[in-house]
Amino acid sequence: MLSRVAENIYWMARYIERAENTARIIMVNTHLLLDMPKGEQLGWKPIIQILDCQQPFLECYDDFTGRNVLKYLISDPDSQNSILFALQMARENARTIRDIIPREAWEHINDLYQIAKRNAISGYSKKGRYDYLKQVILGAQTMTGLLAGSMLHDIGYDFLRMGRNLERAEMTTRIIDVRSANLLPEHDGLTPFGNIQWMSVLKSLTAYQMYRRTYQVRIRRPDVLKFLLKDKKFPRSFFHALLEVKHCLLNLPRNEEAIILLNDVGKKVLRADQAILKQIELHRFIDALQLGTANLHNAITRIYFQ
Amino acid sequence: MAIRWGSYKIKGLYDELIRVAGKPRYGSAPLCQYLRDLSDKEIEEYKSAAEMAIGVMGITFTVYSEEEGSIDRAWPFDIIPRVIPKSDWDKVEAGLKQRVIALNRFIDDIYHDQNIVKDGVFPASLLENSVNFRKQCVGIDPPGGIWAHICGSDLVRDKDGTIYVLEDNLRVPSGVSYMLENRQVMKRVFPDLFENQNIMPVDDYPSKLYDMLATLSPRAIEQPEIVVMTPGIYNSAYFEHAYLAQQMGAELVEGHDLVVLDDNCVYMRTVDGLSRVDVIYRRIDDMFIDPEVFDKSSQLGVTGLIRAWKAGNVALANAPGAGVADDKVVYSYVPDIIRYYLNEEPKIDNVPTYRCFIPEEKKYVLEHIAELVVKPANESGGYGMLIGPHATIKERENFKKLIKKDPRNYVAQPMVTISTAPTLVNNRVEPRHLDLRPFILSSPDDDVYVTTGGLTRVALRKGSIVVNSSQGGGSKDTWIVDDGGH
Repeated sequence: MLSRVAENIYWMARYIERAENTARIIMVNTHLLLDMPKGEQLGWKPIIQILDCQQPFLECYDDFTGRNVLKYLISDPDSQNSILFALQMARENARTIRDIIPREAWEHINDLYQIAKRNAISGYSKKGRYDYLKQVILGAQTMTGLLAGSMLHDIGYDFLRMGRNLERAEMTTRIIDVRSANLLPEHDGLTPFGNIQWMSVLKSLTAYQMYRRTYQVRIRRPDVLKFLLKDKKFPRSFFHALLEVKHCLLNLPRNEEAIILLNDVGKKVLRADQAILKQIELHRFIDALQLGTANLHNAITRIYFQ
Repeated sequence: MAIRWGSYKIKGLYDELIRVAGKPRYGSAPLCQYLRDLSDKEIEEYKSAAEMAIGVMGITFTVYSEEEGSIDRAWPFDIIPRVIPKSDWDKVEAGLKQRVIALNRFIDDIYHDQNIVKDGVFPASLLENSVNFRKQCVGIDPPGGIWAHICGSDLVRDKDGTIYVLEDNLRVPSGVSYMLENRQVMKRVFPDLFENQNIMPVDDYPSKLYDMLATLSPRAIEQPEIVVMTPGIYNSAYFEHAYLAQQMGAELVEGHDLVVLDDNCVYMRTVDGLSRVDVIYRRIDDMFIDPEVFDKSSQLGVTGLIRAWKAGNVALANAPGAGVADDKVVYSYVPDIIRYYLNEEPKIDNVPTYRCFIPEEKKYVLEHIAELVVKPANESGGYGMLIGPHATIKERENFKKLIKKDPRNYVAQPMVTISTAPTLVNNRVEPRHLDLRPFILSSPDDDVYVTTGGLTRVALRKGSIVVNSSQGGGSKDTWIVDDGGH
């Protein structure tokens, strides 16, 4: 497989995953805001923080009002953090590998981009937002399904899965980082609103139902963190995403360096019990995980794409 | 009923579907009847179904514009097909084969002994001033002496029904993917028409192309590595490059994916490391293919590619230098070329062509410019030409100056009133002018293949005869209908 093609597959998958994750985060925040008491001003700023784009955002807008943030994250042409930008990049990457991905997949991503572009304005409104985001999420999932069901499961598919899972792992760490920092100081008796916020963390990652099935206890910070960071079976947990990347790497030639890097991050997250309890340590710990995934991304780029 | 053939006006035109008002030509009757029976609503539905199919299939072409950079436009497509009875087509096909065989003999001769020049049939001066003659290619022996493996020849039909070749594209002819996609769209939209008529399939082109390319491989191995080389996603024909690679199961490469090593072999960069390449179907102009030999500033090419080609370690299709016969002045010699190499009379005629480098012919052109179409020798895409009868006096004067300054670079032809076919305009049918580009594949083993029909391009603007997609042209599906040897 051509290096350039492998790189395009990898990025296509990352951008599809990014579009889906962005849509999920917006959706959950919309619901969360409806449930919060009138005095609490959580607002939309945390979303910009999760996506780590305060600076480019403030170059376009003065304040973090819902409308500004939504516009920026859905379709602003100046934004490189919008759903539409991610879909466009996914489409551009798909375009250059039309000879590799099944035709239906190209047709689908092309269609999804055009629909998302045409209907962007309905994503800003309270009324149309749910349907719009749902369409993006389902569209991204359909793409994943189409590729799983009809693309050759050769090394190209490994690059696809690596892209998706590294993006997923990074997004999981960001959501944990920002959401937990915004929560009230931890003590045993959770306020109802604290409970709601931890639920929203889970829901951002579609983890709520699966958490319930796995733990069958009330929503507690340590359990939530353990589930999202270390669970082996939940597809959006950090560790699960890492395992997926490892499976893919094992199919590839010249994988030694990347596997060493990956094992380091893996060990770090599994040993995390103590660190996840305190907020400051958690933040440092998440930083370390993000550095680990970034190193892994750089190694993959260097070994296979250059 | 929306389409009334009785009120379809074709006075003074040759129409491909309708013989005289209200009367379809032989072979078009079932189609015309089918269309006549459609309601306004049905036509609207079919039209939007076709548009939707094109949108979903992502059939696009790229246009450059200064304001917007490069943009993708949906492929403009008319749902009424153009019909050619098979018995007519067989004659055209034989003529095209003859033509391409002679052209390949010509190119090979030009890069070797130049017997045609020595025998006084073709003037040496034309080569000296040819933009597409590559002196770097002199003496090279591509397999079987074939240089133009893929040729796209443009055919037009005059008022009296005569079919002419308007030009031959021997460099990197494009459009075949649209021919294939148009058929896909039509089958999605009008399945019942295909069930009831003997419409010859076109879909075997990619496999014929693959087979032809495989015969060029320098290594006698079961699965030679064939790649399609593209300038990249901003090229106007990128859609086609990706499409053909996909259909052939070949890698689609860009210049920086390839590297030539000290062994003068071509390799591509893969995730496993470097891998040898045997055949390159290059969709990039000669000039940009190898900065070591041609344009030094090219970012699109591969350094050393010509070295590898000369050493016989890689095959290039089309061979660099094949464009020498693409020249519109050379075109005017094709009938002589056919007679010279094959000792046969041309089976398809050229449009009569005046060559401005010959003083008497130049004089005629300057005096009759208002009746003629003037074309530069080496432009494609319909750029840089003058349509005398439609031009302003100022435009004509301007062209006269250009001709006087560089006579070698201009030819002129009488204005051919090219044929029309019914085309949907606001849900009614109106005649629109069209041409036809069949594609011809030539293998070293003397096998020549012609597509079944080709790409019909239609000028969507009323009265226009410029069919290029970059200038308001669209396309139609082309049906070769088996009429049982009528």
